Amino acid sequence: MEKFETLTGLVLPLDRANVDTDAIIAKQYLKSIKRTGFGPNLFDDWRYLDPGEPGMDHSQRRINPDFILNQPRYRGAQILLTRDNFGCGSSREHAPWALLDYGIRAVIAPSYADIFYNNSFKNGLLPIVLEREAVERLFRETEATPGYRLTVDLASQKVTTPSGMEFKFEIDAFRKHCLVNGLDDIGLTMQHVDEIKAYEGRRRKQAPWLFSE
Amino acid sequence: MAGKTLYDKLWDAHVVRHNDDGTCLLYIDRHLVHEVTSPQAFEGLRLAGRKLWRVDANLATTDHNVPTTDRSHGIVDPVSRLQVETLDQNCHDYGITEFSMSDARQGIVHVIGPEQGATLPGMTVVCGDSHTSTHGAFGALAFGIGTSEVEHVLATQCLILKKAKNMRVRVEGKIPPGITAKDIVLAIIGEIGTAGGTGHAVEFAGSTIRQLSVEGRMTVCNMAIEAGARAGMIAVDDKTIKYFHGRPYAPAGELWEQAVAAWQDLRSDPEAKFDKEVTLNAADIKPQVTWGTSPEMVVPVDGVVPDPDREFDSIKREGMQRALKYMDLKPGTPMRDIMLDKIFIGSCTNSRIEDLRAAATVVKGKKIAKNIRLAMVVPGSGLVKVQAEKEGLDKIFLEAGFEWRAPGCSMCLAMNADRLEFGERCASTSNRNFEGRQGAGGRSHLVSPAMAAAAAIAGHFVDVRELH
Repeated sequence: MEKFETLTGLVLPLDRANVDTDAIIAKQYLKSIKRTGFGPNLFDDWRYLDPGEPGMDHSQRRINPDFILNQPRYRGAQILLTRDNFGCGSSREHAPWALLDYGIRAVIAPSYADIFYNNSFKNGLLPIVLEREAVERLFRETEATPGYRLTVDLASQKVTTPSGMEFKFEIDAFRKHCLVNGLDDIGLTMQHVDEIKAYEGRRRKQAPWLFSE
Repeated sequence: MAGKTLYDKLWDAHVVRHNDDGTCLLYIDRHLVHEVTSPQAFEGLRLAGRKLWRVDANLATTDHNVPTTDRSHGIVDPVSRLQVETLDQNCHDYGITEFSMSDARQGIVHVIGPEQGATLPGMTVVCGDSHTSTHGAFGALAFGIGTSEVEHVLATQCLILKKAKNMRVRVEGKIPPGITAKDIVLAIIGEIGTAGGTGHAVEFAGSTIRQLSVEGRMTVCNMAIEAGARAGMIAVDDKTIKYFHGRPYAPAGELWEQAVAAWQDLRSDPEAKFDKEVTLNAADIKPQVTWGTSPEMVVPVDGVVPDPDREFDSIKREGMQRALKYMDLKPGTPMRDIMLDKIFIGSCTNSRIEDLRAAATVVKGKKIAKNIRLAMVVPGSGLVKVQAEKEGLDKIFLEAGFEWRAPGCSMCLAMNADRLEFGERCASTSNRNFEGRQGAGGRSHLVSPAMAAAAAIAGHFVDVRELH
C-alpha cells in the first residue's frame, strides 16, 4: 500500500449528499478480477452521456459537460470534497480503487458510510471528516477560486487552505500508523499467530460444533 | 454491573486480543465467499505466498453474475464468465467448498448460508457483501467487508476492528393485516434515515419483531445496511432454534443439545444499556413504497410523492429534487397512480419460500397487466426453487404471465443479463433504489413481495390491504 504523508492537491467539489458506491463505480465494472483500471469509470453514469460497458474505449464516449468532474478547471484533482454519508451502499472495495485510479488521494466530507470508510484506509485513500460548517466553507472557496488547492498533512492531522486557514481532523491512531507507514494489516495480524491459535483452542472446547475438522 | 447487549456478548466471545489503540483482533467463525469481491483477495494471497488459515470456515457460491435463464450453455458474457471461472478455480486450488452454478444448492450467498445451517446463532459471519447483515437474524454478528478484509480473513481467520456503538430499534404491537417484514424495515429506514445506524450495531427487538418468522427477520436484518448499520441482529428464540434443526451444516446429536444450550444466552440482558434507541408502533405501519433514489425516500402506498419545497434542509431538498428528476415523478402524485413496466421478485431481501408464497397468493388465478413488459420471479436458491415447484407456485406465476427463473442476484443489481432499460420503471422486492442500480437509467421502487405481485396484476401500485 502506498504511504500517505502530505498532499497538496486540486480540489474537486461534488456537491451532493449520500453518494452511493453504485454511483462511484457501477456494477458492470465489478466483473473485473483486477484492482486497477477503474479510473475511467469513476462516476460513470454521471460522467458520460452514453451507457458504458467493460472493454470499451472510454476516451471515445460522449462526456457530460455539466458534470463537475468534466469541467477543465478540475482536471487533475487529487482531493474530493463532498457531503454527508459518502460511500453508502455496497461493500465494494472497487469504490476506493476507482477513486485512487482516477487520481484522488483524499476525500473530505462531514461523514462517511462505515464500510467505505474502512475500505479506504486499506488502500491508502484518506477519508477526512470535517465539521459541516468547515465543509460548507471549503465548497464556497473551491467554487469561487479556480485552481483552488488544499494541503493535507496527516502527521499533524490538518487541512490547510491557500489563505493559511487550518482545520484539524480526527483519525484513529492505528489507521494513521498504517497509512503513514504504508503497512499491510495481514502482516501485523500475523505477529499474533500464537494468540489466534490459543483462542481457537479455547473455542473448540466451548463450541465444538463450530469446527468440522 | 450493567447488563450486556446481544452485540456486546457476541463481540466479547470473539475477541482474540485487545490492541493498545482500542481496536480488537476479532475471530471469524464463518466466511462466505462469492465471485465478485474475492478474486483480488485470492490474487493477494498468491502474491504474498500465504495459505488459508482455516479451510472449513469458508463456503463459496456464485450468485451475482449467473444467468437466470437456461444455463446449459454457460455464461455468454465473457467478462462475467471469467469471474465465475476464477472463483471455481480459486475454490479448487484452496480446497474451499463451493456450490457452483450447476450445483442444486447454488443460490444467493445470504439465502444459502442459513438454508444449509452454515451460518448459526452465536457465530461471527462475514462476506464481501454489505447484505451479510442478513445473518444477524439468528443472533449472529454478521457484517459485510471489503476485499482487503476478505483477504485478511482468508489468511488469518480474524479482522482488526473497532467496536461499534449499540443501537436498539424496537417495534411493538401486533402486525396489521397485509403488513410484512419488508414494510416494517422500510418504515424503520424512513424513520431513522440511511445514515441513522452509521457507526452502530443495530438490534431489532420488540413484540412485532418476535412475531416475525425467521425468514421475515432475515428481511429486516438484510436492510440494516440501508440504515447505515454494518450489522443488524435479533435475539435467539425457539423459532430460531427450530429453524436450524436438521440442516446439513448444523450440529446434530449431542453437539446439537450443547449448541442449543449455549444459544439460550444470545439475547440482550434486561438491564443492558444502548447508546441509541428508537421505537416504532406496528399499528402505524402501512404497506411501503419508495419514491426516490435512496431507501429512506419511502412513503405509505396510500400517500403521495413528497414535495421538496416543504423540505427545510437545503442539501436534503436538492437531493429530493435530483431524485424526482431521475425518477420522472411530480410532487403530489398519488403512489397508486404510478404506472410500471417491470416487476422483480427476488434478491437476498425477498427470495425465500415465504416471499414466493406471499406473492403467489396475490397472483393466483389472475394475469399480469398489459403494460407490464416483464414480470419475473427469481428464487433465492436452487432448494427454494425446488420447494416452490413442489408447492406448485411456479405454475401459479407462469399462468399469470410471470417468468420463472433460476436462482441468483439477478436484477437486484443487474450484473447479469437481467436489467432495466433506460427509463423503465420497476416494482422490485430488492433493497436498493439507487440511480442505475437495476440498469442505467432504470427507475426502481422498493416494495414487499405481496405489493410487487399486486402491482404486476394492476399495472400500477395498489394497496394489498384492499385485496383481502
